[in-house]
Amino acid sequence: MSVALVSDAAGAADRAARTASPLSVRGLTVSYGETPALFSVDVTVRAGAMTAIVGPNGAGKSTMLKAALGVIKPLAGSVAVFGQPLAKMRDAIAYVPQRASVDWNFPTRVIDVVLMGLYRDLGLLGRVRAKHRARAMACLDRVGMTDFATRQIGQLSGGQQQRVFLARALAQEADIYLLDEPFAGVDAATEKAIIAVLKDLRDAGRTVLAVHHDLTTVPAYFDDVILLNREVVAAGPVDEVFTEALLQTTYGGRLETARIQAETVAG
Amino acid sequence: MLGDALLFQLGYNASLVTLGALLLGVAAGVAGTFLFLRKRALVSDAISHATLPGVGLAFIVMVALGGDGRSLPGLLFGAALSAGAGLLCVQWLSRRTRLGEDAAIGAVLSVFFGFGIVLLTIVQTMNAGRQAGLEGFLLGSTAGMLRDEALLLAVSAGLVLALVMLLRRPLTLAAFDPGFSEVTGWRPGWIDLAMMGIVLLVTVVGLKVVGLILIVALLIVPPVTARFWTERVDVVVITAGVLGGLAGYLGAAISATAPALPTGPIVVLVSFALFGLSLLCAPGRGVLASVLRHQRYQRRVHVRQGLLALASGQPIYERLTHRLLRRAGLIRADGVATTAGQAAAAKAQLDETRWALVRADQTFATAAARYDGLTAIEDVLTPDQITDVDSRLSRPQAVS
Amino acid sequence: MMGAEFVALSLPPILIGICVAVACALPGNFLLLRGQALIGDAISHVVLPGIVVAFLVTGLVATGPMLLGAAGAAVVAVIAIEAIRRLGRIEAGAAMGVVFTAMFAGGVLLLEQSDTSNVHLDVEHALFGNLESLIWLDATGWASLLDPVALAGMPVELPRMALALGVVAVFVWLFWRPLAMMSFDEGFAQGLGLRTGALGLALVIISAVAAVAAFDAVGSIIVIAMFICPPAAARMMTNRLGAQVAWSVGFAALSAVSGYVLAGYGPLWIGASASVSAAGMIATMSGLILAVAAVLGPHRTRNS
Repeated sequence: MSVALVSDAAGAADRAARTASPLSVRGLTVSYGETPALFSVDVTVRAGAMTAIVGPNGAGKSTMLKAALGVIKPLAGSVAVFGQPLAKMRDAIAYVPQRASVDWNFPTRVIDVVLMGLYRDLGLLGRVRAKHRARAMACLDRVGMTDFATRQIGQLSGGQQQRVFLARALAQEADIYLLDEPFAGVDAATEKAIIAVLKDLRDAGRTVLAVHHDLTTVPAYFDDVILLNREVVAAGPVDEVFTEALLQTTYGGRLETARIQAETVAG
Repeated sequence: MLGDALLFQLGYNASLVTLGALLLGVAAGVAGTFLFLRKRALVSDAISHATLPGVGLAFIVMVALGGDGRSLPGLLFGAALSAGAGLLCVQWLSRRTRLGEDAAIGAVLSVFFGFGIVLLTIVQTMNAGRQAGLEGFLLGSTAGMLRDEALLLAVSAGLVLALVMLLRRPLTLAAFDPGFSEVTGWRPGWIDLAMMGIVLLVTVVGLKVVGLILIVALLIVPPVTARFWTERVDVVVITAGVLGGLAGYLGAAISATAPALPTGPIVVLVSFALFGLSLLCAPGRGVLASVLRHQRYQRRVHVRQGLLALASGQPIYERLTHRLLRRAGLIRADGVATTAGQAAAAKAQLDETRWALVRADQTFATAAARYDGLTAIEDVLTPDQITDVDSRLSRPQAVS
Repeated sequence: MMGAEFVALSLPPILIGICVAVACALPGNFLLLRGQALIGDAISHVVLPGIVVAFLVTGLVATGPMLLGAAGAAVVAVIAIEAIRRLGRIEAGAAMGVVFTAMFAGGVLLLEQSDTSNVHLDVEHALFGNLESLIWLDATGWASLLDPVALAGMPVELPRMALALGVVAVFVWLFWRPLAMMSFDEGFAQGLGLRTGALGLALVIISAVAAVAAFDAVGSIIVIAMFICPPAAARMMTNRLGAQVAWSVGFAALSAVSGYVLAGYGPLWIGASASVSAAGMIATMSGLILAVAAVLGPHRTRNS
């Protein structure tokens, strides 16, 4: 039985030739049964920028991330990472899933979760050596969680769990960071810590793409924004795209509700 | 022969068994629907396996008290008691510990069944136990049934069915909307208890007919089958009852025609045949219908995306899109739009523009909710409304 | 001599029992964590139709065809469950219930219809096996363990079960990291490019290997118990995956040994003459261990 678990790592030559956009999506249509979650989405993410995906509930924001990761099979369309097919470039992408999507009762410690981010280096049977541990601890340090390294993950607060997820993504040392609602249900201190880390990543030339629900913080946190409601309503720099008129088009009658919801969640 | 069986002509006992299986099938189908709708179908598996130690203990106790040990009411009473204990264990494990309900079910069914086997081997060593025939409870045995037993089966199946019918309304409410049932004064806890009580009764009554390993099929298969034919809860309940009754009746009748056709497995296989038919052929959720619908849908998406690409002058990348447009005579082999293609592309573009307006406008909130990227605007808005929308298009979209 | 009798009559069943228990408990840990605990239940029910079909096709009660038939039935069942779940949009538990009852019913019917009166093939045997009968008549004492002639007469179930345990253990050891990652966070694992669908199916097939190798010796009931009870009890003892698996192996072995001993000698201690079903007793003991862990285990509740 041969189960090839990881696709080929991209060669050094590929890395050098990364002039194309870190992530471009073309004609992407995804449907669950007969309900389209995304319809004919075209998006090109700018390198070295922080981009928010914004839109009402059910607009297909998480679906778009999952399709970009190849986790969901699209009905039509394609995804390119630095101009290459996704399958060749997986190691360029780090992913932070929604916190609610996993079983926090799972028998594992914080440090073990972060070590999952080193899977590519460790492989199936590679020993976890001191350097791996040091790298994992350094990632925990960046999110301020070193004191919790040996804690059971179920004992953490929501914000702490989110930081651990981010530390795991940092351990992947990727070029593109995809985050699904990283600020959902976290405390204000965590939100600040996470945004600081993400801005550091951007300043180091990495690309960040996050699903985001709080409209009030979009201009402060992000450089670019994608307004999504099953189709891309508009995409581009925040000061051009994040306008009242376009938001109205994106949310329709639900704009006010979205603002109130965002405030209650954030507050 | 089969005709005789179906018309209750194969003697008093066989007729009672057939009638009992029919009534039991209806009761199990209806009761199982509530379990299924609450996503707890396999709890019944734990309940049924947990009857075995009760059967063994009841036999031992009855013999110890100087009785016969084989008295069916006594054995069924024991079965009910230990099934209840098993159910309590499942509830306790899944609520008070970190185990999920599935693990609790698996643990209870295997341990109770294992302990039941231990008790059966004890029974076999007892002098009175040599002819006990308790193994009949594993797979059911209606062949050598006594007249009293057949009567007990038919009557209790009828009573269970009456009970299910009596509690049908609150159970349906609870399955459909737990919050609402609370408002109407039925506490969900009590309804759950009633539901599990009925499942337990169905199991115990069905032990002698289908056996404890297969009784879950009566509770699970008919509701799952019924679900293929309808989206409405009350219709599922009735359909499941009919399907269950049909399986019980046909199965018992077929099995009465020959000695090597044990009732339990035949009933289950008839039920499964009805399921297989529904899985394939049901109009809405059936496999054939789904496959056809998905293909049609995927083609619509590709054609629409292709047309929008044509309208905005982009090349068509995907082979399927290309092929579909080509076959519809909308593009030439080199990807350039034909006259018909240009018209269709312009129409698609206009649709999109109108939709964008509709979706941005709160007054069209209901219509906007129907947006799926495929529906033509004419299907959603009246001609007057479309005129209204068009009047707001600042500059009409000219598409080449 | 006590030693000679023990080696000949009790040592092989105890060793086989331990191999069965551990081989099932190992994959059981991951099934439990993935919320697939009842797959073990489904697999062990469909072993019966598998062996019956194998018998009808080959006309032999031979180990090879039967193992193949049972393994084939397990794979068919898993695929059917998955197909019904996806195509009919039916909840997994209900889909499982439909498939394993239908296949089991088919097995029973085939058995009744075919002439198996002269072969050792019946429903009860498939359910609770006959662990007690796996004796080693050639053994004359502990020294026989080093005697090639005597070893050749050892019950064939022992090396077969040991081999199955080896296969299972190697699989778990080799894929430990992806299995853990997939069980904890399937989305992240897929994002890494792990083929979680293939790995999930491999886990089920490995579980089927354990179940199929075990059914002949001990029947399916003990298999279900060992898939679930030792890992579930271990779950209450620790918050580390490695420790959980270690505890589950310990609990499985303890159930096997104590269950066999109690079944064989327990009745004698209370003055009865005959022994009781060892398979049933082993399942019972695993349940008692689970009960104790559920009441006293340090991590028995959620978030503890």
